[in-house]
Amino acid sequence: MYSEKFQKSLAAVEAARENNIALEPQRMTAQQKEELLATFHPDYKKDEFAVLKIGANKGDKVPTELAEMLQAHSRISADSVDLSNPDYETDVLIIGGGGAGASAAIEANEAGADVMIVTKLRIGDANTMMAEGGIQAADKPNDSPAIHFVDAFGGGHFAAKKELLSKLVCDAPEAIQWLSNLGVEFDKDEDGTMVTTHGGGTSRKRMHAAKDYSGAEIMRTLRDEVLNRQIPVVDFTAAIELILDENGNAAGAVLMNMETKELLVAKAKTVIIATGGAGRMHYQGFPTSNHYGATADGLVLGYRVGAKLLYAETLQYHPTGVAYPEQIFGALVTEKVRSLGAKLVNVNGEVFMHPLETRDVAAASIIRECSERATGVDTGDGQGVWLDTPMIEKIGGEGTIMKRIPAMWRMFDKYGIDIRKEPILVYPTLHYQNGGLDITADCMTTNVENLFVAGEAVGGIHGKNRLMGNSLLDIIVFGRSAGINAAAKAKTVNVGELTLKHIEKFENEIAEAGIATDKISPKLLPDYTNKR
Amino acid sequence: MEKMVNIFLFGKKYEVPENLTIMTAMEYAGYQLVRGCGCRNGFCGACATIYRIKGDKELKACLACQTKVEENMYIATLPFFPLVKQVYDIETVPVNETVMMQLYPEIYSCIGCNACTKSCTQELNVMQYIAYAQRGDFEKCAEESFDCVMCGVCSSRCPAGISHPQVAMLARRINGKYLAPGCGHLEDRVREIKNGDFNELIEALMQKPIEEMKELYNTREIEK
Repeated sequence: MYSEKFQKSLAAVEAARENNIALEPQRMTAQQKEELLATFHPDYKKDEFAVLKIGANKGDKVPTELAEMLQAHSRISADSVDLSNPDYETDVLIIGGGGAGASAAIEANEAGADVMIVTKLRIGDANTMMAEGGIQAADKPNDSPAIHFVDAFGGGHFAAKKELLSKLVCDAPEAIQWLSNLGVEFDKDEDGTMVTTHGGGTSRKRMHAAKDYSGAEIMRTLRDEVLNRQIPVVDFTAAIELILDENGNAAGAVLMNMETKELLVAKAKTVIIATGGAGRMHYQGFPTSNHYGATADGLVLGYRVGAKLLYAETLQYHPTGVAYPEQIFGALVTEKVRSLGAKLVNVNGEVFMHPLETRDVAAASIIRECSERATGVDTGDGQGVWLDTPMIEKIGGEGTIMKRIPAMWRMFDKYGIDIRKEPILVYPTLHYQNGGLDITADCMTTNVENLFVAGEAVGGIHGKNRLMGNSLLDIIVFGRSAGINAAAKAKTVNVGELTLKHIEKFENEIAEAGIATDKISPKLLPDYTNKR
Repeated sequence: MEKMVNIFLFGKKYEVPENLTIMTAMEYAGYQLVRGCGCRNGFCGACATIYRIKGDKELKACLACQTKVEENMYIATLPFFPLVKQVYDIETVPVNETVMMQLYPEIYSCIGCNACTKSCTQELNVMQYIAYAQRGDFEKCAEESFDCVMCGVCSSRCPAGISHPQVAMLARRINGKYLAPGCGHLEDRVREIKNGDFNELIEALMQKPIEEMKELYNTREIEK
């Protein structure tokens, strides 16, 4: 139930609903999209970025908040840790317990390697768990990996590393098969045909889903498999610094117990960074759809030992974060709501864009309604536009919402809004880190030997914008690949003497560059105490 | 001036704005959460919480990130509950009720008290899905339990010591792997890719200059 102040706009939305359902809005031309992005997308706001003064990306711009973390002091000094007596020794050390880390662990274990996962929260506390909409794979007869490639390459502004993207699309069907064989319950017809829909920017219906718990269903299954394989999972333990050996190769990590603050040393032949994204950095003050630990830790760990970043200046603002009620402000409203037919509507009940433009374009378009055009809806805490969910029931028949997006229904029902009958208010929310550590197709960083990366901490798979459903896909494809390659590499590695000399080297660079900072990193958790 | 309410975190009184969730109220009060906080969006089950409104007999359970504070709410979080997770090999499990008898025999000690269902933070019919599991009806158990976030509140209330979320997890995996219909088009496509059927196409795309890729992208046909 919406209060009185929303009723006039709601009436306009309801009155226009029949016509709006029938309407097939024009898609924007390439030029219209470019102009829209340049004017309204947060990535184009120059004063929100800082130029890095040190490190492998010296001279590049990144979000101001990220620059602070990349150029901050270590949490430790080299002499505060005894490297001679490691607490853990393993072949493959995986940092992060989300979908990428779990996939890597399963494959490395399958390959016969000793593998362990360290994660600062619990295994499964990750953005994977929260991915609602689905996972792409070109497995229908009218589709092909080549078409998938074109969609993703164009959607990412022709900036993806082609060898990474081709791996993503070509390994996609096998990723779905792998998950199915682990017992993931994809939505299927009675004859086994996958139920697939569009996502923003797809030219074929290739979005596979498990209702709107797609990521949760994948994550809980992967977690169950990790536990069945009895792979050690050291939880509530963050990696706070990578360890190199005397040859400059990755050889482990310094860990910190999140509760007792005890420091521990893990020695490994290969290391996989699978630390995920950065929503909790709240770039430009945006709310986020991300989980509590999404603080770009992996980028910081990698950068400090010399690894290179790619496209760290590009973030994804999911067009449909919750704008109202405030208790769930910034939470994700899955793109699947639009895949199923709901359109975006302004305060006057007008459809202002095609609902399935790519995410960056859709986000910029909503920001334009709420700023320049002044056709947003005042929520009391800010602005939003309507996402007309009752359209779904009219198009797909009664019961479609409960069958296909029950989590969305549940989320709003708790606040007295029945999305089957009433539309919802949305505004862009910080959703995904497009950029990250630069890797080659074998998942190893381009300039630190034995350091692998998988999942959202990777840069370059998607270019400068990511399509819906390609992230769940990338954590599986690159997670598995990182596990396989890190396990294989471990067989050939002789770890030299462990060192933390890079900390001092980095401190010297900070001093030489004249950076005055009292910040320490990685951030590990956001600070929400004593705040509203 | 926003309206404030009194809540009791582990028995200690705090005054907080009434429109906060239990989780944000704890932070407002000064807690830096490490335990009991995960996705903050109702998917991960990290923030299971039990509470009682002063004067009520009923003990309630919820997810702290999804529940607004109320006046005189006595709150205790349940950031970890010792569920029993049995280890098994998904490749060799029996696909009938004997698997439950072997791994989770305690489900047959269910006394039908329905405390699990009453306490479920997702409003699932927990006792019903356990009944399906007892019978080896994994498809129905999977369907009924699908929205489970594995917070463990049901198990904390169970006099028979059942780890309901883990029982359901096993049922869903068996259903997904063995009982759901196979997918022909998926198998075909995997075979075609392994066969190298798309290599030339992909290779050609990788070689194309950006301008041609832009043309290809901007004029591509979009399935209705």
